[in-house]
Amino acid sequence: MTRRTVTRTLVYLSLIAAAVVVLLPLGVVFLTSLKTPEEMADGSGALTLPGDLLNLHNYVTAFRDGRMLSAFGNTAFVLVFAIGGTVLIGSMTAYAIDRFTFRFRKLVVALFLVAALVPGVTTQVATFQIVNSFGMFDTRWAPIALYMGTDIVSIYIFLQFVRSIPVSLDESARLDGANAFTIYRKIIFPLLKPAIATVVIVKGITVYNDFYIPFLYMPSEDLGVISTSLFRFRGPFGAHWETISAGAVLVILPTLVVFLFLQRFIYNGFMKGATR
Amino acid sequence: MTDTTRRTVVTPAVPVAAPTPAPAPRHARVWRGLTPWLFLLAPLALLITFTYAPIANMLAYSFTDWDGVSPELHYTGGHNYTELFTRPELFEVFFVSGYYLAASAVQIVAALYFATVLSFDVRFRNFFKGVLFFPYLINGVAIGFVFLYFFQDGGTLDSVLALFGYDPDHAWLGTPVSANTSLAGVSVWRYLGLNFVLFLGAIQSIPGELYEAAELDGANRWQQFRHIIAPGIKPVLTLTVILSVSGSLSAFEIPYIMTGGATGTETFVIQTVKLAFQFNKTGLASAAAVVLLLIVLAVTWVQRRLVPDDKVDLV
Repeated sequence: MTRRTVTRTLVYLSLIAAAVVVLLPLGVVFLTSLKTPEEMADGSGALTLPGDLLNLHNYVTAFRDGRMLSAFGNTAFVLVFAIGGTVLIGSMTAYAIDRFTFRFRKLVVALFLVAALVPGVTTQVATFQIVNSFGMFDTRWAPIALYMGTDIVSIYIFLQFVRSIPVSLDESARLDGANAFTIYRKIIFPLLKPAIATVVIVKGITVYNDFYIPFLYMPSEDLGVISTSLFRFRGPFGAHWETISAGAVLVILPTLVVFLFLQRFIYNGFMKGATR
Repeated sequence: MTDTTRRTVVTPAVPVAAPTPAPAPRHARVWRGLTPWLFLLAPLALLITFTYAPIANMLAYSFTDWDGVSPELHYTGGHNYTELFTRPELFEVFFVSGYYLAASAVQIVAALYFATVLSFDVRFRNFFKGVLFFPYLINGVAIGFVFLYFFQDGGTLDSVLALFGYDPDHAWLGTPVSANTSLAGVSVWRYLGLNFVLFLGAIQSIPGELYEAAELDGANRWQQFRHIIAPGIKPVLTLTVILSVSGSLSAFEIPYIMTGGATGTETFVIQTVKLAFQFNKTGLASAAAVVLLLIVLAVTWVQRRLVPDDKVDLV
C-alpha cells in the first residue's frame, strides 16, 4: 500500500466515524420510539431492534396525550405571523436605509448594527417586564413581537440584496409617476424573492426550534409550541422513554423533510446569517 | 453590471413621461423627507421597545433591590455588583463556561478538519456534508432528550460500550466533572455543523487554480492546507472563535433541558433566569445580565478590531 491509499483510508474511516457519532444517538431514539413498554423493561439494552417495526402506538400516545397537535398549531400560528412580519419589516427597513438620504440616517443604521451585537438571552430579565406591561405575557403575541422586533440578521440579508437592485429601475418608475410606496410594492419587493426565500427558511427553522422565548413568555399548557410541549413530556411520561422518543422523533421529522428538500438554500441561508 | 441591460429594457417608457420634473413644491418636499421615516416607523418602534428599552431598564434595575413584582424598589448603589463578584457561589458559574470553551476548541479543530477533507474530491461528499450539518437544525429540546437517553443508565452509550466488552458502572451525568464534560460534548455534537459549513464555504471560495498550481509545484496536502487554505479562511476562523467565546458564556438550552442546572452544571444564563424568575431577584439578575452583556460586547469589539468588516464580507 502506498502512503496515499493509507491516508485515503484514514480519511474515509474518520468520515464514517463522524457519521456514526451523529446518526447513532438519533437512530437509537428512533428504534426506542417503536418499542413496547415491555420491551423497554426486559433489559435487552438500547441497541436491540423492536419486535414490531410498525408499532406506532407510542406515536399515538405522544400525539394525543402530549398534545402535539395543538403544539404544531401554535407553532404554525407563531411562524406565519413572525415570518410575515420579519419579511415586511426587514424589507421596508432595507429599502428606507438604502434608497433614501435623510437626516440621522447614519444614526439609524448604527442603532440596527449595535442591536445585532446584543445577545437576546442577556436582556430577557428586562424585556419580560416590557412584554408584561403590554399585557402580551402568556399570549402568542409575545413571541411574535419579539421574533419580529429583534431580528437584525434578516434586515442585513435584505440590505445586501436591495443594494444589488439597480437604482435606475426606481428612477424610471418615478418618472412614470410612481411614488415611493408603489416602487417598494411593485418593484423592490417582487425582486427580493431570493432574499425572502432565504429569510423564510432561516427564520422558520430558528423559530420552530426556539425554546427560550416560548418557555419564558407562554407558560400555560394550552399555548405550548413544539419545544415547550416536548419539554413537558418529562413530567407525565417520566421514565417512559418510548413515548418521549416518539415525541422527539415527531419534532425532528419535519426538520429532516425540510432539510432534504431545501438543502442548498439552507446551507446558503445559514452561512449568510452567520457571517453578517 | 446588470445595470445597462436593465436600463435598455426600461428606457422606452422614459420619453412618454414628462422631462426632468421642475423643483417640487414645498409640501411635496416635506412629504419626500417624511417618506423614509414612514417605512422606518414600525421597525424602529420594535427595535427600541424590545432591544434598547430593555437594556436601559436593565441598567436601572441593576442598581436597585427590585423583586420584579412589588411597586416599591430601593436604590442600592453598586451593591448587586459587589454581591455578584464576592459571593463565590454566584461567581462559580463562570468556571462551567470553561468546559464549553474547551469544547469549542475541539469543535473548531474538528470542523476545520472535516471542511478541509470534504473540500477535496471525496465519495458521498454530499451525504457526509448533510450528516455533519443536520444536528445544527434539530430542535434543542429534542436534542436534550436524545442525549438524556444516550447518557442514561443502560442507554445508548452504555450499550455501545458493552458491545466492546467494557462495562462502566458510571452515571454519566452524576458528578459535576463528568456531567459538564458530557453536556459540553453534546454542544459540540450540536454546533459542529455550523462551523463546518462556514469553513467549507470559505475553502470553496478559494479559486481552484491555486491548488492546481501548488500541485504542479509538488506541494502535498498539508502544505496546501498550510499555505493556501489557512490564509483563505482566516477571517471566518476569527469570527468563529469569537462566536464560540460568546456562545460558551451564554450556554443555556442544553444544560437547562438536560439537567436543569443540577450537579454543578449551572451556567451563567441559567443562574440569571433562576434569580429573576424563581427567586424574584430582578435587581441582582439584572446586574448579572449587565455583566454578561459587557463581556460579550467586549469580545465582539476585539473581533471587529481583529477582522475589519470588508474581509468578512468576502466570504
